[in-house]
Amino acid sequence: MNVKNEKLAIKIDDLTVAYDYKPVLWDIDLKIPEGVLMAIVGPNGAGKSTLIKAILGIIKPIAGSVKIFGKPYKAQRSKVAYVPQKGTVDWDFPTTALDVVMMGTYGSLGWIKRPGQAQRKSALEALEKVGMLSFKNRQISQLSGGQQQRIFLARALVQNASIYFMDEPFQGVDATTERAIIKILKELRDAGKTLIVVHHDLQTVPEYFNWVTFLNVKGIASGPVKDIFNDDNLTKTYGINYKVAINP
Amino acid sequence: MSDAQIEIQLIAGLAAMACAIPGVFLVLRKMTMISDAISHSILPGLVVGFFITQDLNSPWLILLAAVTGVLTVVLVEFIQKTRLVKEDTAIGLVFPALFSIGVILIAQNANDVHLDIDAVLLGELAFAPFDRLLINNLDLGPKSLWVIGSILLLSLSLLILFFKELKMSTFDKGLATSLGFSPLLIHYGLMSVSSVTIVGAFDAVGAVLVVALIIAPAATAYLLTDSLKKMLVLSVFFGVISAVIGYWLAHWLDASIAGSMTSVLGMLFLLVFLFAPKQGVISAIFKEKQQRKEVSLLVFLLHLQNHEDPRERHVNHLQEHINWHRIQAKTVVDLAQKNNLIEIENQVINLSEKGLQFTEEALKYITTNKPTAIEDLKNKFFLFRG
Repeated sequence: MNVKNEKLAIKIDDLTVAYDYKPVLWDIDLKIPEGVLMAIVGPNGAGKSTLIKAILGIIKPIAGSVKIFGKPYKAQRSKVAYVPQKGTVDWDFPTTALDVVMMGTYGSLGWIKRPGQAQRKSALEALEKVGMLSFKNRQISQLSGGQQQRIFLARALVQNASIYFMDEPFQGVDATTERAIIKILKELRDAGKTLIVVHHDLQTVPEYFNWVTFLNVKGIASGPVKDIFNDDNLTKTYGINYKVAINP
Repeated sequence: MSDAQIEIQLIAGLAAMACAIPGVFLVLRKMTMISDAISHSILPGLVVGFFITQDLNSPWLILLAAVTGVLTVVLVEFIQKTRLVKEDTAIGLVFPALFSIGVILIAQNANDVHLDIDAVLLGELAFAPFDRLLINNLDLGPKSLWVIGSILLLSLSLLILFFKELKMSTFDKGLATSLGFSPLLIHYGLMSVSSVTIVGAFDAVGAVLVVALIIAPAATAYLLTDSLKKMLVLSVFFGVISAVIGYWLAHWLDASIAGSMTSVLGMLFLLVFLFAPKQGVISAIFKEKQQRKEVSLLVFLLHLQNHEDPRERHVNHLQEHINWHRIQAKTVVDLAQKNNLIEIENQVINLSEKGLQFTEEALKYITTNKPTAIEDLKNKFFLFRG
């Protein structure tokens, strides 16, 4: 499939990231068309989370450029929503589910200005969408892992972005939550949004995603799942002779 | 109460309030030891500031000392970033070094001024009312009241303005960055406010006890609430209460005011730690006991449901069959009876209608693996849950 003729959501050129001189991502070139639901797969330490963080400016790359809809990230911030790994925050923080979701609106508010009724309303709508409305006043440590992940998803939803980045949204969640999340992600894709998801479970890639990027420090392959999700690319990425049963 | 007594309590109360505010964020950011470091390393800043200004109450002196405080944080972070030592080691390396520079400077040059080590460590609240702010011979009250009052006003206004930013960057730094807020700026802002506050309160309570004023109220409030705003209000409340009670305790014992304030803070924490309704130690013990009782009851009822044979359900054979002590078995049977879940007929235990209904629903929930539903069920059937 020729990517060039489509509108690109993200274009990455020669991106290199290093922690203490050790390259974590090396010379990545990546084109992600608009409107795909994409999995980033690769072994542990492949730089999957780092790739997302570098795109979002959380980590500074030592070389290369990232363009979002043709412009640098800083100019496109309002079009991007980010769901970090659940373990990156302290769930004992004294706050409620609703309050965490409201944080998604802070970007559009900017400094100093406070959230009001409009922000509260969109947060409640997002909670409803992920099936967590009845937990809105629950302290966040009182939620299960799956519920916490739904709260994070709701927080991204209120940002009403065009591109969503999600770092392992299915880690430690129950099957019901996984189905609920993927349903929402597919709806977003069908509404024309672009979704980039760090994903671990290779078995579910063909079922959940229509686009995939293989990553292992270097970019191995990227394209439609039906064209490139095969044993050849899996073996190149994971090193060993990898075989995944893909339903015909 | 004399005017001086009222003034001392006012200064102590304001100092406690001013410390409690940054304290909440330091506790939530797991950075409380940084406040310990700042409180010591501002000493050289104070001494150098005094050499320059020749005035112990100059605002420049406070500013200079606060800069040393921020410098401490920068140094600690710099050492830590080399990854050669961990954060706690870095803190332990930086602040004694800076503090000792201050101690030497005082001993060498400031023997004739009242910057002595005792005052540095423990403060001199009792003397605070003697140092007045005079403008055109008009007595405007103790100087330290104005100093700590202005600092409190500053940190309150910053808190109100940047509450949203502080909350978000404390909870989720990654989100704050991706939304275009600078967590680094907020971090150094918080460090600056902490430093200024510590310098201001330092005068009143000294380097060691100012740490207690920062950490203890926030740590106590953290055990009592699930809301950041309530945690702030409670911290300020605990700070002020301890200041006032501490003052009168010192008065009664004829002891150090700062020492008494800190002791009251410690005792308050202990009380909450033991008796807090949700997270206290005693409530946790009680909860665990209750849980164990409920699990035994559940196991017992399911056993009855599972076994048709009357021998398995005989009062005297219960212990052998579910392998329980006699006392535990008796407690559980009594409990089940009290809750109308069983009926005993000729020493053989049968599930009552309510018991049958309970076990049936419980089994359904256990097999579908829904722990929250089990809780609802227990609430419905166990009378002792109230």
